[in-house]
Amino acid sequence: MTTPEAIRFETSPAQYRHWRLEIEPESGGAVARLSMDVQEDLGLRPGYPLKLNSYDLGVDIELVDAINRLRFEHPSVKALVVTSAKDRIFCSGANIYMLGSSTHAFKVNFCKFTNETRLYLEELAAESGIATLCAVNGTASGGGYELALACDEIVLQDDGSTAVSFPEAPLLAVLPGTGGLTRVTDKRKVRRDLADVFSTLAEGVRGRRAVEWRLVDESVSRSKFDAAVKARAAKMVARSTRDAQGAGFVLPPLEGSRGPTGSRFAFVSMALDAERRVAEFVLKGPSGAAPASAEALRAGGTAQWAVDFWRGLDDCLLDLRFNQPELGLLVFRSEGDPAAMRAHDEALAKLAETDWLARELVLLRKRVLKRLDLTAKSLFTLVEKGSCFVGSLFEVALASDRVFMLDDEDGAVTVGLSSANFGPCPMSNGLTRLETRFLYDPSLVTALRDAPAALDARDAAKRGLVTFTPDPIDWDDEVRVAIEERTSLSPDAMTGMEANLRFAGPETMETKIFGRLSAWQNWIFQRPNAVGQRGALTMYGKPERAVYDYRRT
Amino acid sequence: MSNVVTDEKIPNNVNLSSDRRLQRALEDWQPNFINWWMEMGPEGFQQDDVYLRTAISVDHEGWANFGYVKMPDYRWGIFLADPVADRTIGFGDEFGKPAWQQVPGEHRNTLRRLIVTQGDTEPASVEQQRLLGLTCPSLYDLRNLFQVNVEEGRHLWAMVYLLHSYFGRDGREEADAMLERRSGDPDKPRILGTFNEPCQDWLSFFMFTFFTDRDGKYQLLALSQSAFDPLSRTTRFMLTEEAHHMFVGETGVLRVVQRSCELARLDPNGDVRAQGGVDLDTVQKYLNFWFSSSLDLFGGEISSNAASYFASGLKGRAKEEKQEDHVALTGTYRVPVMKDGRLVDEDVPLRAAMNEILRDEYVYDCQRGVDKWNRTIKEAGVDFELKLPSKRFNRAGGIYAGMRFDLDGALISEEAWSAQRDRWLPTDADRAYVKSLMTRPVYEPGKMAQWIAAPKQGIKGTPLDFEYVRH
Repeated sequence: MTTPEAIRFETSPAQYRHWRLEIEPESGGAVARLSMDVQEDLGLRPGYPLKLNSYDLGVDIELVDAINRLRFEHPSVKALVVTSAKDRIFCSGANIYMLGSSTHAFKVNFCKFTNETRLYLEELAAESGIATLCAVNGTASGGGYELALACDEIVLQDDGSTAVSFPEAPLLAVLPGTGGLTRVTDKRKVRRDLADVFSTLAEGVRGRRAVEWRLVDESVSRSKFDAAVKARAAKMVARSTRDAQGAGFVLPPLEGSRGPTGSRFAFVSMALDAERRVAEFVLKGPSGAAPASAEALRAGGTAQWAVDFWRGLDDCLLDLRFNQPELGLLVFRSEGDPAAMRAHDEALAKLAETDWLARELVLLRKRVLKRLDLTAKSLFTLVEKGSCFVGSLFEVALASDRVFMLDDEDGAVTVGLSSANFGPCPMSNGLTRLETRFLYDPSLVTALRDAPAALDARDAAKRGLVTFTPDPIDWDDEVRVAIEERTSLSPDAMTGMEANLRFAGPETMETKIFGRLSAWQNWIFQRPNAVGQRGALTMYGKPERAVYDYRRT
Repeated sequence: MSNVVTDEKIPNNVNLSSDRRLQRALEDWQPNFINWWMEMGPEGFQQDDVYLRTAISVDHEGWANFGYVKMPDYRWGIFLADPVADRTIGFGDEFGKPAWQQVPGEHRNTLRRLIVTQGDTEPASVEQQRLLGLTCPSLYDLRNLFQVNVEEGRHLWAMVYLLHSYFGRDGREEADAMLERRSGDPDKPRILGTFNEPCQDWLSFFMFTFFTDRDGKYQLLALSQSAFDPLSRTTRFMLTEEAHHMFVGETGVLRVVQRSCELARLDPNGDVRAQGGVDLDTVQKYLNFWFSSSLDLFGGEISSNAASYFASGLKGRAKEEKQEDHVALTGTYRVPVMKDGRLVDEDVPLRAAMNEILRDEYVYDCQRGVDKWNRTIKEAGVDFELKLPSKRFNRAGGIYAGMRFDLDGALISEEAWSAQRDRWLPTDADRAYVKSLMTRPVYEPGKMAQWIAAPKQGIKGTPLDFEYVRH
């Protein structure tokens, strides 16, 4: 079922309603400033005024867009200052009335999306050399402080009233769910007992104490605030390793069509089958010569495979998450020239050693594949005749819960690996998908580096790369039954099961955010103490107080 | 009727030659089946001509074709009852919707399990009975034994057909495993416990075909209601063959009983054993044993599995069309359960009681056979009545397992049980005695062993001295 008005994720600075993206001329274009100025009555849906720089999904869609444009369109930028355009308020977090009027599924996907966005902000600093500074020029509460936490450094205005706070638990009986609890202890390394006090103190912490508790890096009086921000930004610029030679890409709207029966882009098509609850993808590999130089890469523009394919896939994934709640299974097929896919992967890898834009394309691929890992839908890959599951595209297969590969008689159906499978596409757990797959024997990954370019079904099965290899006689039935079986199982159980099985191996801050923090938050979101008739979220803003059931589970 | 093909290796009415996938799978499986049959089929008679019935089609004329055949050359075929046009699902949550012509992915694993469990009993019973021919009481009985055996083999084919046809690679693996398990093998036993006990003597064989095969009949009746149409059609045809197995059991026991009455009259002291027959007390003990162990095969009295099979349309009641409420969400079924050391009637939700409902139909059907035996006893002027024990007596599965009940179903102590057990169930001495009657086979046409009466008539109009097996 498609919601009457589908949520779309494309925007551009000219269309922003809630943010302003400026490149500061006096910094020589090295410092960008992203200012939050949420328009109260321009929420994504009616019914909740976005007061006090509180945000909804529409605000975050603009934030993601701004981060993306900084990457691709502004090679001169070496530092980003995130701040508020409003006086005395930085950001008060996700809008409570928006949350209160949303379905559970929407809340879960909203939180997931905002969490991904915060991670993109961190990646901007870690991988692209654009350090981030949060200039907290007014109170940052809940999701507002979580946004600050996603920046490298936090400067807090010391005016006797500006505070950072996590009022969720004491006021709303929920958690700061956008990575806040995880980042306080794991990133800023706030002592656990102080974090405990902080997280139950609705009014938050101000000034010097916020610095002492490691909640912020610096607390500066109102009069010296701008200068302090500027000085920190200048230091960031000086430290930056971003060496952006050559132009970038201006990201145009994605060419293609979207609708209730599916989407069609140049390299990705998605057909939605509401009755079977299945989304059928056809992923097309690249054709033609791979770009051999930084100039050729630029000449290829945003229509080239390495840009358009991932943008198209990302668009489909978000469409599915927000607009297609009942579609539970994604089936991936591919078509194209395996040799061309490998050649494009290797060409991009080579360019990425020296060219920042090529590196950005590698990062784009990494982000979309992570988005795929984190999508709460079952994922099946079908490797058939004419398919192109090699390298980058084989990562889609590796991200899948099961891979079916046709064992045809003449061995024409093959899969293959490229350098893309051995490092540049890590999962949230910090490992490659191959490393995660073969935790039981890392030497299997090493052996795969020397594998032949084309692996037929038997070889792929022997090496553990695919799950089932039916022959042509069995294929149709095996696939049909597997799909029917999967879509008949409880969607909740599948979501939980898949989220557990996909992320074997070490914990990282990311896996803690998506696994532990989100799981607890989603549980709390269902509990009567939050959403029951007298629950705190329900009672928020009403004259009566919330009533709790004090039994611990 | 369906198009029948008999000139192929595998007679069938499923259009096998047009289905390359199925044909290949079954032709791969066939040699393994023959190997299994040679290894585990009837011992000592594989090269003999046996007067057997072979199904070559499913219509009235074709399903019972008689002629001499060597058992390894028997043409095990694949036959489905003709399709019912526009058949709809007869019960459960999907009631009234079109029956499934393909396995829905949602039910694949459950259906496979049901089919494998049913299918496994077919070769198991052949294995249990493989030595019986060596002590046969007549060529007539020997032939009946082999008829039952080859048809159990065909029923295995029927289930293997479904596995190959609808369950892909898993199905083929399960079909192979059917030929790898062995009745009574501690390392790879047959799935159901009862099917791992060898059938030691002919009285047990008759009891088995009467009681245990009748469980099979009721399972087939329940599966013939299935929403999965190929299963329904397969089991419907199997039921026509199963009737002969019931016949062998019912008339076999009847002839033992009849002979027992004759010998009682012959003996001056009325001592049947002195005359080399099976006394009615011993018949009753065997009956008690086989009835109670067959009851276990129906599964738990209160069963969430049974409820789920019913709800999803996989397995119905024996004669679902005669029921009024096919959804069975509201009714209850009375089951005596143990509460605080006493039996208390409990009204169980209907769906959860589906096993018990099937079991009760079965008990009713068993009673009709017992009545016939009793008429024979009465006509012979002997004062004795065979009785089915209570459903609770001597149970190893279900809610009555682990407790002791007498023949009437009253709860008794372990001491009371021990004191009377040997009066109720066959003792080692009883079994040894019955076996002692059957040490040597009777291969002379028309002749019967001392302990059994001749049948009323021969097979398919043949005289009783017909050479049913050319040994």
